[in-house]
Amino acid sequence: MKKIISRMGLNMYSGVMIIAMIFISGMISGAMATGLEDFAGEKGTIRISGGTAHIPVLKEVARRIMTNNSNIQISIAGGGSGVGIIQVGEGLVDIGNTGRKPTDEEVEKYALKMFKWAIDGVGVVVNPKNNVQSMTKVQLGDIFSGKISNWKALGGQDKSINVYTRDRASGTRDVFWKKALNKAEITPGANIVVSNGAMKTAVSNDPYGIGYVSVGYIDSSVSPVSLDGVVPTLQTVREGTYTVSRGLYSNTKGVPTGLIEKFIDYLFSADGQKIVSDKGFVPVK
Amino acid sequence: MNISEKFFLFAAAFSAFCTLFVFVFMVWLALPVFRGGLFFQILTRPWLPDQGVYGIYPMIVGTGAISLASVVFAFPLSLGCAAFISGLAPERIGAYLRKTVRFMTGIPTVIYGFVGVFLLVPVVREWFDGGSGLCILSASILLAILISPTMILFFTDSFDRVPRSYLAAVDALGGSKVQKMLYVVLPYARQGVLTGTVLSLGRAVGDTLISLMIAGNAVAVPGSILDSARTLTAHIALVIAADFDSIEFRTIFACGIVLYGFTTLIVLLVQALGSWSRKPMRKHHDIR
Repeated sequence: MKKIISRMGLNMYSGVMIIAMIFISGMISGAMATGLEDFAGEKGTIRISGGTAHIPVLKEVARRIMTNNSNIQISIAGGGSGVGIIQVGEGLVDIGNTGRKPTDEEVEKYALKMFKWAIDGVGVVVNPKNNVQSMTKVQLGDIFSGKISNWKALGGQDKSINVYTRDRASGTRDVFWKKALNKAEITPGANIVVSNGAMKTAVSNDPYGIGYVSVGYIDSSVSPVSLDGVVPTLQTVREGTYTVSRGLYSNTKGVPTGLIEKFIDYLFSADGQKIVSDKGFVPVK
Repeated sequence: MNISEKFFLFAAAFSAFCTLFVFVFMVWLALPVFRGGLFFQILTRPWLPDQGVYGIYPMIVGTGAISLASVVFAFPLSLGCAAFISGLAPERIGAYLRKTVRFMTGIPTVIYGFVGVFLLVPVVREWFDGGSGLCILSASILLAILISPTMILFFTDSFDRVPRSYLAAVDALGGSKVQKMLYVVLPYARQGVLTGTVLSLGRAVGDTLISLMIAGNAVAVPGSILDSARTLTAHIALVIAADFDSIEFRTIFACGIVLYGFTTLIVLLVQALGSWSRKPMRKHHDIR
Protein backbone atom coordinates (compact mmCIF):
# COMPACT_ATOMS: atom_id res chain seq x y z
CA MET A 1 0.00 0.00 0.00
CA LYS A 2 2.73 2.39 1.01
CA LYS A 3 4.53 1.61 -2.19
CA ILE A 4 1.49 2.55 -4.23
CA ILE A 5 1.16 5.81 -2.40
CA SER A 6 4.81 6.63 -2.79
CA ARG A 7 4.52 5.98 -6.46
CA MET A 8 1.63 8.36 -6.67
CA GLY A 9 3.81 10.91 -5.00
CA LEU A 10 6.57 10.28 -7.45
CA ASN A 11 4.35 10.60 -10.47
CA MET A 12 2.66 13.69 -9.22
CA TYR A 13 5.97 15.24 -8.52
CA SER A 14 7.45 14.39 -11.85
CA GLY A 15 4.77 16.73 -13.15
CA VAL A 16 4.90 19.34 -10.45
CA MET A 17 8.55 19.72 -9.65
CA ILE A 18 11.23 21.29 -11.65
CA ILE A 19 12.91 18.16 -12.79
CA ALA A 20 16.42 18.02 -13.95
CA MET A 21 16.43 14.99 -16.13
CA ILE A 22 19.72 14.30 -17.73
CA PHE A 23 20.14 12.04 -20.67
CA ILE A 24 23.09 10.23 -22.00
CA SER A 25 25.30 12.61 -23.79
CA GLY A 26 26.89 11.30 -26.91
CA MET A 27 29.98 13.42 -26.55
CA ILE A 28 33.18 11.69 -25.65
CA SER A 29 35.73 13.72 -23.82
CA GLY A 30 38.54 11.97 -22.06
CA ALA A 31 40.36 15.15 -21.18
CA MET A 32 38.70 15.75 -17.83
CA ALA A 33 38.77 12.14 -16.75
CA THR A 34 40.36 12.74 -13.37
CA GLY A 35 38.62 10.79 -10.66
CA LEU A 36 36.32 9.37 -13.29
CA GLU A 37 38.46 6.29 -14.06
CA ASP A 38 36.53 4.38 -11.41
CA PHE A 39 33.49 4.46 -13.63
CA ALA A 40 35.26 2.77 -16.55
CA GLY A 41 33.47 -0.42 -17.57
CA GLU A 42 30.48 0.32 -15.32
CA LYS A 43 26.98 0.49 -16.62
CA GLY A 44 23.56 1.02 -15.15
CA THR A 45 21.30 3.73 -13.82
CA ILE A 46 21.29 5.93 -10.75
CA ARG A 47 18.05 7.54 -9.64
CA ILE A 48 18.25 10.54 -7.35
CA SER A 49 15.53 12.70 -5.81
CA GLY A 50 14.83 14.98 -2.87
CA GLY A 51 16.40 18.26 -1.76
CA THR A 52 16.54 20.86 -4.49
CA ALA A 53 19.60 22.67 -3.14
CA HIS A 54 21.73 19.73 -4.24
CA ILE A 55 20.66 19.79 -7.85
CA PRO A 56 23.26 22.19 -9.34
CA VAL A 57 26.16 20.13 -8.00
CA LEU A 58 24.65 16.75 -8.78
CA LYS A 59 23.73 17.86 -12.29
CA GLU A 60 27.34 18.75 -13.01
CA VAL A 61 28.62 15.52 -11.45
CA ALA A 62 26.11 13.52 -13.48
CA ARG A 63 27.03 15.35 -16.66
CA ARG A 64 30.71 14.53 -16.20
CA ILE A 65 30.11 10.88 -15.39
CA MET A 66 27.73 10.38 -18.29
CA THR A 67 29.98 12.21 -20.71
CA ASN A 68 32.80 9.97 -19.68
CA ASN A 69 30.78 6.75 -19.78
CA SER A 70 27.73 6.62 -21.95
CA ASN A 71 26.56 3.34 -20.36
CA ILE A 72 25.62 5.13 -17.18
CA GLN A 73 22.34 6.97 -16.91
CA ILE A 74 21.61 9.31 -14.03
CA SER A 75 18.27 10.98 -13.35
CA ILE A 76 17.90 13.78 -10.82
CA ALA A 77 14.54 14.96 -9.52
CA GLY A 78 13.54 17.47 -6.86
CA GLY A 79 10.70 17.22 -4.39
CA GLY A 80 12.27 18.46 -1.17
CA SER A 81 14.05 16.69 1.67
CA GLY A 82 10.92 14.90 2.87
CA VAL A 83 10.45 13.35 -0.55
CA GLY A 84 14.12 12.36 -0.65
CA ILE A 85 13.83 10.43 2.62
CA ILE A 86 10.59 8.70 1.71
CA GLN A 87 11.62 7.76 -1.79
CA VAL A 88 15.01 6.37 -0.86
CA GLY A 89 13.47 4.63 2.15
CA GLU A 90 10.79 2.99 0.04
CA GLY A 91 13.34 1.97 -2.56
CA LEU A 92 11.98 4.21 -5.32
CA VAL A 93 15.33 5.95 -5.83
CA ASP A 94 18.92 5.01 -5.12
CA ILE A 95 19.93 8.27 -3.48
CA GLY A 96 17.65 10.58 -1.50
CA ASN A 97 18.95 14.08 -0.86
CA THR A 98 18.20 16.10 2.22
CA GLY A 99 19.09 19.67 3.06
CA ARG A 100 18.96 18.78 6.74
CA LYS A 101 20.32 15.94 8.81
CA PRO A 102 17.85 13.04 8.70
CA THR A 103 16.27 12.53 12.12
CA ASP A 104 17.27 9.53 14.26
CA GLU A 105 13.79 8.20 13.69
CA GLU A 106 14.18 8.34 9.91
CA VAL A 107 17.64 6.80 10.02
CA GLU A 108 16.40 3.92 12.10
CA LYS A 109 13.19 3.37 10.16
CA TYR A 110 14.87 3.12 6.77
CA ALA A 111 18.42 2.07 7.78
CA LEU A 112 19.77 5.19 6.11
CA LYS A 113 23.42 5.89 5.51
CA MET A 114 24.12 9.62 5.45
CA PHE A 115 26.79 11.33 3.40
CA LYS A 116 27.34 15.00 4.09
CA TRP A 117 29.31 16.35 1.18
CA ALA A 118 28.83 20.11 1.46
CA ILE A 119 27.83 22.89 3.78
CA ASP A 120 25.29 25.37 2.54
CA GLY A 121 23.89 28.61 3.82
CA VAL A 122 20.26 29.59 3.55
CA GLY A 123 20.10 33.23 2.57
CA VAL A 124 17.26 35.72 2.59
CA VAL A 125 16.70 37.16 -0.87
CA VAL A 126 14.73 40.06 -2.29
CA ASN A 127 14.23 41.43 -5.77
CA PRO A 128 17.28 43.33 -7.09
CA LYS A 129 15.04 46.40 -7.54
CA ASN A 130 14.36 46.47 -3.81
CA ASN A 131 16.51 48.99 -1.93
CA VAL A 132 16.06 47.17 1.38
CA GLN A 133 19.02 44.83 1.39
CA SER A 134 19.90 44.58 5.06
CA MET A 135 17.89 43.89 8.17
CA THR A 136 18.15 42.44 11.63
CA LYS A 137 17.01 38.97 12.59
CA VAL A 138 14.27 40.56 14.66
CA GLN A 139 12.98 42.48 11.63
CA LEU A 140 13.19 39.31 9.55
CA GLY A 141 11.14 37.45 12.14
CA ASP A 142 8.55 40.23 12.13
CA ILE A 143 8.31 40.10 8.34
CA PHE A 144 7.82 36.35 8.21
CA SER A 145 5.32 36.35 11.05
CA GLY A 146 3.37 39.14 9.35
CA LYS A 147 3.99 41.84 11.98
CA ILE A 148 5.79 44.01 9.46
CA SER A 149 3.79 44.01 6.26
CA ASN A 150 5.00 47.09 4.39
CA TRP A 151 8.44 47.81 2.95
CA LYS A 152 8.13 51.38 4.24
CA ALA A 153 8.77 50.15 7.78
CA LEU A 154 12.24 49.11 6.62
CA GLY A 155 12.95 52.27 4.65
CA GLY A 156 11.71 50.91 1.36
CA GLN A 157 8.81 51.81 -0.91
CA ASP A 158 5.28 52.11 0.37
CA LYS A 159 4.34 48.65 -0.90
CA SER A 160 3.07 45.60 0.92
CA ILE A 161 5.57 42.81 1.49
CA ASN A 162 4.91 39.54 -0.31
CA VAL A 163 6.31 36.70 1.76
CA TYR A 164 7.37 33.49 0.01
CA THR A 165 8.09 30.31 1.88
CA ARG A 166 8.57 26.62 1.16
CA ASP A 167 6.30 23.72 1.97
CA ARG A 168 6.91 21.60 5.04
CA ALA A 169 8.81 18.93 3.11
CA SER A 170 11.64 21.39 2.59
CA GLY A 171 14.95 21.06 4.42
CA THR A 172 15.73 24.64 3.43
CA ARG A 173 12.60 25.77 5.26
CA ASP A 174 13.54 23.65 8.24
CA VAL A 175 16.96 25.26 8.61
CA PHE A 176 15.71 28.75 7.90
CA TRP A 177 12.89 28.37 10.41
CA LYS A 178 15.18 27.07 13.14
CA LYS A 179 18.23 29.26 12.65
CA ALA A 180 16.98 32.49 11.11
CA LEU A 181 13.48 32.73 12.58
CA ASN A 182 14.24 30.97 15.88
CA LYS A 183 11.19 28.78 15.25
CA ALA A 184 8.85 31.75 15.09
CA GLU A 185 5.60 31.16 13.27
CA ILE A 186 5.44 31.89 9.56
CA THR A 187 2.32 33.80 8.56
CA PRO A 188 -0.36 31.60 6.99
CA GLY A 189 -0.78 34.29 4.35
CA ALA A 190 2.65 33.50 2.89
CA ASN A 191 2.82 32.20 -0.66
CA ILE A 192 4.21 28.69 -0.82
CA VAL A 193 6.60 27.60 -3.57
CA VAL A 194 7.89 24.11 -4.17
CA SER A 195 11.64 24.30 -4.79
CA ASN A 196 14.73 26.48 -4.48
CA GLY A 197 14.47 27.16 -8.20
CA ALA A 198 10.82 28.16 -7.92
CA MET A 199 11.68 30.44 -4.99
CA LYS A 200 14.33 32.21 -7.05
CA THR A 201 11.89 32.62 -9.94
CA ALA A 202 9.19 33.95 -7.64
CA VAL A 203 11.39 36.55 -5.95
CA SER A 204 13.14 37.59 -9.15
CA ASN A 205 9.70 38.24 -10.69
CA ASP A 206 8.22 40.05 -7.71
CA PRO A 207 9.69 43.49 -6.88
CA TYR A 208 8.04 43.40 -3.46
CA GLY A 209 8.76 39.80 -2.60
CA ILE A 210 11.00 38.29 0.05
CA GLY A 211 12.03 34.65 0.35
CA TYR A 212 14.96 32.42 1.19
CA VAL A 213 17.11 30.11 -0.91
CA SER A 214 20.18 27.97 -0.68
CA VAL A 215 23.25 30.23 -1.04
CA GLY A 216 24.32 28.14 -4.02
CA TYR A 217 21.24 29.40 -5.86
CA ILE A 218 21.89 33.10 -5.31
CA ASP A 219 22.85 34.84 -8.55
CA SER A 220 22.25 38.22 -10.14
CA SER A 221 18.50 37.60 -10.54
CA VAL A 222 17.98 38.02 -6.80
CA SER A 223 19.70 40.14 -4.14
CA PRO A 224 20.98 38.58 -0.92
CA VAL A 225 19.93 40.39 2.25
CA SER A 226 22.46 40.86 5.02
CA LEU A 227 21.25 39.63 8.41
CA ASP A 228 22.61 41.55 11.38
CA GLY A 229 25.28 42.90 9.04
CA VAL A 230 26.41 39.58 7.57
CA VAL A 231 25.80 38.93 3.87
CA PRO A 232 25.10 35.30 3.00
CA THR A 233 27.93 34.23 0.71
CA LEU A 234 30.18 31.24 0.23
CA GLN A 235 32.84 33.14 2.18
CA THR A 236 30.77 34.00 5.25
CA VAL A 237 29.25 30.52 5.40
CA ARG A 238 32.73 28.99 5.28
CA GLU A 239 34.04 31.31 8.00
CA GLY A 240 31.02 30.52 10.10
CA THR A 241 30.05 34.17 10.51
CA TYR A 242 26.82 33.54 8.62
CA THR A 243 25.04 31.15 10.93
CA VAL A 244 21.99 30.09 8.96
CA SER A 245 23.68 27.05 7.48
CA ARG A 246 23.27 23.32 7.19
CA GLY A 247 24.86 20.25 5.70
CA LEU A 248 23.83 18.90 2.33
CA TYR A 249 23.29 15.18 2.66
CA SER A 250 22.90 12.37 0.19
CA ASN A 251 21.35 9.32 1.80
CA THR A 252 21.23 5.71 0.76
CA LYS A 253 19.25 2.80 2.15
CA GLY A 254 21.91 0.64 3.72
CA VAL A 255 25.58 0.76 2.77
CA PRO A 256 25.91 1.77 -0.89
CA THR A 257 27.56 -0.65 -3.26
CA GLY A 258 28.75 -0.72 -6.85
CA LEU A 259 27.84 2.22 -9.00
CA ILE A 260 26.09 4.08 -6.18
CA GLU A 261 29.17 3.78 -3.97
CA LYS A 262 31.36 5.11 -6.77
CA PHE A 263 28.99 8.02 -7.31
CA ILE A 264 29.18 8.98 -3.65
CA ASP A 265 32.94 8.53 -3.59
CA TYR A 266 33.18 10.89 -6.55
CA LEU A 267 31.30 13.57 -4.59
CA PHE A 268 34.06 13.41 -1.98
CA SER A 269 36.92 13.29 -4.50
CA ALA A 270 39.01 16.37 -5.21
CA ASP A 271 37.04 16.90 -8.42
CA GLY A 272 33.69 16.47 -6.74
CA GLN A 273 34.56 18.89 -3.98
CA LYS A 274 35.81 21.39 -6.59
CA ILE A 275 32.38 21.26 -8.24
CA VAL A 276 30.85 21.83 -4.80
CA SER A 277 32.75 25.08 -4.33
CA ASP A 278 32.27 26.14 -7.97
CA LYS A 279 28.51 25.92 -7.47
CA GLY A 280 28.60 28.16 -4.42
CA PHE A 281 28.73 25.70 -1.53
CA VAL A 282 31.38 25.01 1.11
CA PRO A 283 33.25 21.73 0.51
CA VAL A 284 33.64 19.38 3.47
CA LYS A 285 37.20 18.35 2.59
CA MET B 1 -27.08 -12.55 -23.39
CA ASN B 2 -24.44 -12.94 -26.08
CA ILE B 3 -20.71 -12.38 -25.83
CA SER B 4 -20.70 -8.75 -26.84
CA GLU B 5 -23.47 -7.89 -24.39
CA LYS B 6 -21.54 -9.63 -21.64
CA PHE B 7 -18.46 -7.68 -22.57
CA PHE B 8 -20.26 -4.37 -22.40
CA LEU B 9 -21.88 -5.33 -19.12
CA PHE B 10 -18.48 -6.22 -17.74
CA ALA B 11 -17.02 -2.91 -18.90
CA ALA B 12 -19.85 -0.96 -17.29
CA ALA B 13 -19.66 -2.92 -14.05
CA PHE B 14 -15.90 -2.54 -13.95
CA SER B 15 -15.91 1.23 -14.31
CA ALA B 16 -18.70 1.55 -11.76
CA PHE B 17 -16.67 -0.61 -9.42
CA CYS B 18 -13.56 1.54 -9.93
CA THR B 19 -15.45 4.67 -8.96
CA LEU B 20 -16.82 2.98 -5.88
CA PHE B 21 -13.44 1.52 -5.01
CA VAL B 22 -11.79 4.94 -5.06
CA PHE B 23 -14.36 6.19 -2.59
CA VAL B 24 -13.99 3.18 -0.29
CA PHE B 25 -10.22 3.51 -0.48
CA MET B 26 -10.34 7.13 0.62
CA VAL B 27 -12.78 6.49 3.43
CA TRP B 28 -10.71 3.57 4.62
CA LEU B 29 -7.49 5.57 4.71
CA ALA B 30 -9.27 8.48 6.36
CA LEU B 31 -10.75 6.26 9.06
CA PRO B 32 -8.39 7.41 11.82
CA VAL B 33 -9.57 10.92 11.06
CA PHE B 34 -13.23 9.95 11.15
CA ARG B 35 -12.98 8.43 14.59
CA GLY B 36 -14.02 10.64 17.44
CA GLY B 37 -16.04 12.99 15.28
CA LEU B 38 -12.87 14.63 14.06
CA PHE B 39 -14.07 14.64 10.46
CA PHE B 40 -16.43 17.58 10.77
CA GLN B 41 -13.90 19.53 12.76
CA ILE B 42 -11.47 19.03 9.92
CA LEU B 43 -13.96 20.59 7.53
CA THR B 44 -14.38 23.72 9.61
CA ARG B 45 -10.98 24.45 11.15
CA PRO B 46 -7.84 26.20 9.95
CA TRP B 47 -4.66 24.41 8.89
CA LEU B 48 -2.06 24.85 11.63
CA PRO B 49 0.05 21.68 11.60
CA ASP B 50 2.50 23.12 14.13
CA GLN B 51 -0.30 23.28 16.66
CA GLY B 52 -1.78 19.93 15.72
CA VAL B 53 -4.79 21.46 13.97
CA TYR B 54 -5.36 19.99 10.53
CA GLY B 55 -8.49 21.69 9.26
CA ILE B 56 -9.09 21.98 5.54
CA TYR B 57 -11.60 24.80 5.70
CA PRO B 58 -9.25 27.33 4.01
CA MET B 59 -8.77 24.89 1.13
CA ILE B 60 -12.51 24.35 0.72
CA VAL B 61 -13.04 28.11 0.56
CA GLY B 62 -10.11 28.46 -1.85
CA THR B 63 -11.44 25.75 -4.15
CA GLY B 64 -14.93 27.24 -4.14
CA ALA B 65 -13.74 30.78 -4.79
CA ILE B 66 -11.31 29.90 -7.56
CA SER B 67 -13.59 27.54 -9.44
CA LEU B 68 -16.69 29.71 -9.21
CA ALA B 69 -14.79 32.82 -10.27
CA SER B 70 -13.32 30.96 -13.22
CA VAL B 71 -16.78 29.94 -14.41
CA VAL B 72 -17.96 33.53 -14.01
CA PHE B 73 -15.10 34.66 -16.25
CA ALA B 74 -15.39 31.81 -18.72
CA PHE B 75 -19.15 31.82 -19.21
CA PRO B 76 -19.70 35.10 -21.10
CA LEU B 77 -16.50 34.56 -23.04
CA SER B 78 -17.54 31.07 -24.11
CA LEU B 79 -21.12 31.98 -24.85
CA GLY B 80 -20.03 34.84 -27.08
CA CYS B 81 -17.40 32.77 -28.79
CA ALA B 82 -19.78 29.86 -29.38
CA ALA B 83 -22.50 32.15 -30.74
CA PHE B 84 -19.98 33.72 -33.09
CA ILE B 85 -18.63 30.38 -34.29
CA SER B 86 -21.92 28.65 -34.91
CA GLY B 87 -24.08 31.46 -36.18
CA LEU B 88 -22.74 34.94 -36.56
CA ALA B 89 -19.37 34.40 -38.21
CA PRO B 90 -18.94 33.77 -41.92
CA GLU B 91 -18.69 30.03 -42.44
CA ARG B 92 -14.99 29.86 -43.20
CA ILE B 93 -13.96 31.95 -40.20
CA GLY B 94 -16.30 29.96 -37.99
CA ALA B 95 -14.77 26.68 -39.12
CA TYR B 96 -11.28 28.03 -38.58
CA LEU B 97 -12.12 29.27 -35.07
CA ARG B 98 -13.67 25.94 -34.22
CA LYS B 99 -10.46 24.17 -35.17
CA THR B 100 -8.48 26.59 -33.03
CA VAL B 101 -10.71 25.94 -30.04
CA ARG B 102 -10.37 22.19 -30.53
CA PHE B 103 -6.63 22.63 -30.58
CA MET B 104 -6.77 24.63 -27.36
CA THR B 105 -8.40 21.76 -25.49
CA GLY B 106 -5.22 19.79 -26.05
CA ILE B 107 -2.78 22.29 -24.54
CA PRO B 108 -1.43 20.89 -21.26
CA THR B 109 -2.34 22.78 -18.10
CA VAL B 110 1.25 23.30 -17.11
CA ILE B 111 1.78 25.50 -20.16
CA TYR B 112 -1.04 27.82 -19.14
CA GLY B 113 0.43 27.88 -15.65
CA PHE B 114 3.89 28.65 -16.91
CA VAL B 115 2.77 31.44 -19.20
CA GLY B 116 0.60 32.80 -16.38
CA VAL B 117 3.51 33.06 -13.97
CA PHE B 118 5.46 35.28 -16.33
CA LEU B 119 2.74 37.23 -18.14
CA LEU B 120 -0.40 37.42 -16.02
CA VAL B 121 0.91 37.49 -12.45
CA PRO B 122 3.08 40.62 -12.83
CA VAL B 123 0.20 42.46 -14.51
CA VAL B 124 -2.23 41.56 -11.73
CA ARG B 125 0.34 42.60 -9.13
CA GLU B 126 0.87 46.01 -10.69
CA TRP B 127 -2.74 46.79 -11.58
CA PHE B 128 -4.24 45.87 -8.24
CA ASP B 129 -2.16 47.20 -5.42
CA GLY B 130 -1.64 44.79 -2.59
CA GLY B 131 -0.62 41.20 -2.89
CA SER B 132 1.91 39.32 -4.93
CA GLY B 133 -0.25 38.67 -7.96
CA LEU B 134 -0.34 35.01 -6.98
CA CYS B 135 -3.99 35.10 -6.05
CA ILE B 136 -7.51 33.91 -6.68
CA LEU B 137 -7.98 36.44 -9.49
CA SER B 138 -4.93 35.29 -11.47
CA ALA B 139 -5.68 31.62 -10.93
CA SER B 140 -9.31 31.95 -11.94
CA ILE B 141 -8.49 33.96 -15.07
CA LEU B 142 -6.14 31.20 -16.17
CA LEU B 143 -8.59 28.49 -15.21
CA ALA B 144 -11.21 30.36 -17.24
CA ILE B 145 -8.91 30.18 -20.25
CA LEU B 146 -8.39 26.50 -19.53
CA ILE B 147 -12.07 25.58 -19.30
CA SER B 148 -13.34 27.88 -22.05
CA PRO B 149 -12.54 25.57 -24.98
CA THR B 150 -14.56 22.76 -23.39
CA MET B 151 -17.39 25.16 -22.72
CA ILE B 152 -17.27 26.60 -26.23
CA LEU B 153 -17.32 23.19 -27.88
CA PHE B 154 -20.21 22.12 -25.68
CA PHE B 155 -22.14 25.29 -26.52
CA THR B 156 -21.51 25.13 -30.26
CA ASP B 157 -22.57 21.49 -30.34
CA SER B 158 -25.86 22.30 -28.70
CA PHE B 159 -26.34 25.35 -30.95
CA ASP B 160 -25.77 23.13 -33.97
CA ARG B 161 -28.50 20.75 -32.83
CA VAL B 162 -31.20 23.39 -33.26
CA PRO B 163 -33.50 22.03 -36.02
CA ARG B 164 -32.91 23.60 -39.41
CA SER B 165 -36.62 24.24 -39.84
CA TYR B 166 -36.57 26.67 -36.90
CA LEU B 167 -33.72 28.57 -38.44
CA ALA B 168 -35.39 28.57 -41.83
CA ALA B 169 -38.48 30.00 -40.20
CA VAL B 170 -36.52 32.92 -38.82
CA ASP B 171 -34.99 33.52 -42.24
CA ALA B 172 -38.44 33.43 -43.79
CA LEU B 173 -39.61 36.06 -41.35
CA GLY B 174 -36.68 38.24 -42.30
CA GLY B 175 -34.92 37.94 -38.95
CA SER B 176 -31.26 38.84 -38.67
CA LYS B 177 -28.52 36.49 -37.57
CA VAL B 178 -28.40 38.10 -34.15
CA GLN B 179 -32.15 37.78 -33.71
CA LYS B 180 -31.91 34.15 -34.74
CA MET B 181 -29.24 33.58 -32.11
CA LEU B 182 -30.99 35.44 -29.32
CA TYR B 183 -34.58 34.31 -29.80
CA VAL B 184 -34.30 30.83 -31.27
CA VAL B 185 -30.91 29.19 -30.85
CA LEU B 186 -30.15 30.28 -27.27
CA PRO B 187 -33.52 29.32 -25.76
CA TYR B 188 -33.53 26.03 -27.64
CA ALA B 189 -29.98 25.16 -26.55
CA ARG B 190 -30.29 26.20 -22.95
CA GLN B 191 -29.87 22.64 -21.69
CA GLY B 192 -26.56 22.26 -23.46
CA VAL B 193 -25.45 25.64 -22.18
CA LEU B 194 -26.28 24.73 -18.60
CA THR B 195 -24.75 21.27 -18.80
CA GLY B 196 -21.59 22.63 -20.37
CA THR B 197 -21.29 25.24 -17.67
CA VAL B 198 -21.75 22.78 -14.83
CA LEU B 199 -19.29 20.31 -16.34
CA SER B 200 -16.72 23.09 -16.75
CA LEU B 201 -17.21 23.93 -13.09
CA GLY B 202 -16.31 20.33 -12.37
CA ARG B 203 -13.18 20.64 -14.42
CA ALA B 204 -12.21 23.86 -12.63
CA VAL B 205 -12.70 22.20 -9.24
CA GLY B 206 -10.49 19.30 -10.23
CA ASP B 207 -7.59 21.18 -11.75
CA THR B 208 -4.37 21.00 -9.75
CA LEU B 209 -1.50 22.56 -11.59
CA ILE B 210 -2.84 26.03 -12.27
CA SER B 211 -3.83 26.58 -8.68
CA LEU B 212 -0.56 25.10 -7.47
CA MET B 213 1.47 27.42 -9.71
CA ILE B 214 -0.63 30.58 -9.71
CA ALA B 215 -2.85 30.80 -6.64
CA GLY B 216 0.01 31.15 -4.15
CA ASN B 217 -0.90 28.19 -1.90
CA ALA B 218 -1.21 30.23 1.29
CA VAL B 219 -3.04 28.36 4.03
CA ALA B 220 -4.97 31.37 5.34
CA VAL B 221 -8.67 31.68 4.55
CA PRO B 222 -8.78 34.10 1.62
CA GLY B 223 -10.57 37.35 2.37
CA SER B 224 -10.52 38.92 -1.07
CA ILE B 225 -10.07 37.95 -4.68
CA LEU B 226 -6.53 39.37 -4.49
CA ASP B 227 -5.53 37.05 -1.66
CA SER B 228 -3.36 34.04 -2.11
CA ALA B 229 -5.29 30.80 -1.66
CA ARG B 230 -4.83 27.07 -1.73
CA THR B 231 -7.19 24.61 -3.38
CA LEU B 232 -7.95 21.10 -2.18
CA THR B 233 -6.09 19.57 -5.10
CA ALA B 234 -3.01 21.74 -4.60
CA HIS B 235 -3.13 20.91 -0.92
CA ILE B 236 -3.09 17.20 -1.63
CA ALA B 237 -0.13 17.66 -3.96
CA LEU B 238 1.79 19.68 -1.37
CA VAL B 239 1.12 17.44 1.62
CA ILE B 240 1.72 14.17 -0.17
CA ALA B 241 5.28 15.33 -0.69
CA ALA B 242 5.90 15.92 2.97
CA ASP B 243 4.53 12.97 4.78
CA PHE B 244 3.31 9.41 4.57
CA ASP B 245 2.48 8.36 8.05
CA SER B 246 0.71 10.94 10.18
CA ILE B 247 -2.57 12.65 10.88
CA GLU B 248 -1.45 15.37 8.49
CA PHE B 249 -1.25 12.79 5.76
CA ARG B 250 -4.57 11.20 6.70
CA THR B 251 -6.38 14.49 6.37
CA ILE B 252 -5.64 14.69 2.67
CA PHE B 253 -8.05 11.80 2.28
CA ALA B 254 -10.64 14.03 3.86
CA CYS B 255 -9.78 16.48 1.05
CA GLY B 256 -10.28 13.64 -1.38
CA ILE B 257 -13.68 12.85 0.07
CA VAL B 258 -14.73 16.50 -0.13
CA LEU B 259 -13.60 16.68 -3.76
CA TYR B 260 -15.46 13.46 -4.45
CA GLY B 261 -18.53 15.03 -2.88
CA PHE B 262 -18.19 18.13 -5.07
CA THR B 263 -17.93 16.01 -8.20
CA THR B 264 -20.90 13.86 -7.26
CA LEU B 265 -22.93 16.98 -6.62
CA ILE B 266 -21.97 18.33 -10.03
CA VAL B 267 -22.90 15.09 -11.79
CA LEU B 268 -26.25 15.02 -10.01
CA LEU B 269 -26.81 18.63 -10.99
CA VAL B 270 -26.13 17.83 -14.63
CA GLN B 271 -28.59 14.96 -14.50
CA ALA B 272 -31.22 17.10 -12.83
CA LEU B 273 -30.76 19.76 -15.49
CA GLY B 274 -31.03 17.10 -18.15
CA SER B 275 -34.37 15.78 -16.96
CA TRP B 276 -35.67 19.29 -16.37
CA SER B 277 -34.99 20.44 -19.89
CA ARG B 278 -36.30 17.27 -21.49
CA LYS B 279 -39.73 18.61 -20.69
CA PRO B 280 -41.30 20.13 -23.78
CA MET B 281 -40.13 23.64 -24.56
CA ARG B 282 -42.39 26.35 -23.42
CA LYS B 283 -44.45 28.13 -26.01
CA HIS B 284 -42.23 29.45 -28.73
CA HIS B 285 -44.57 32.17 -29.78
CA ASP B 286 -44.13 33.82 -26.40
CA ILE B 287 -40.57 34.56 -27.29
CA ARG B 288 -41.33 37.72 -29.20
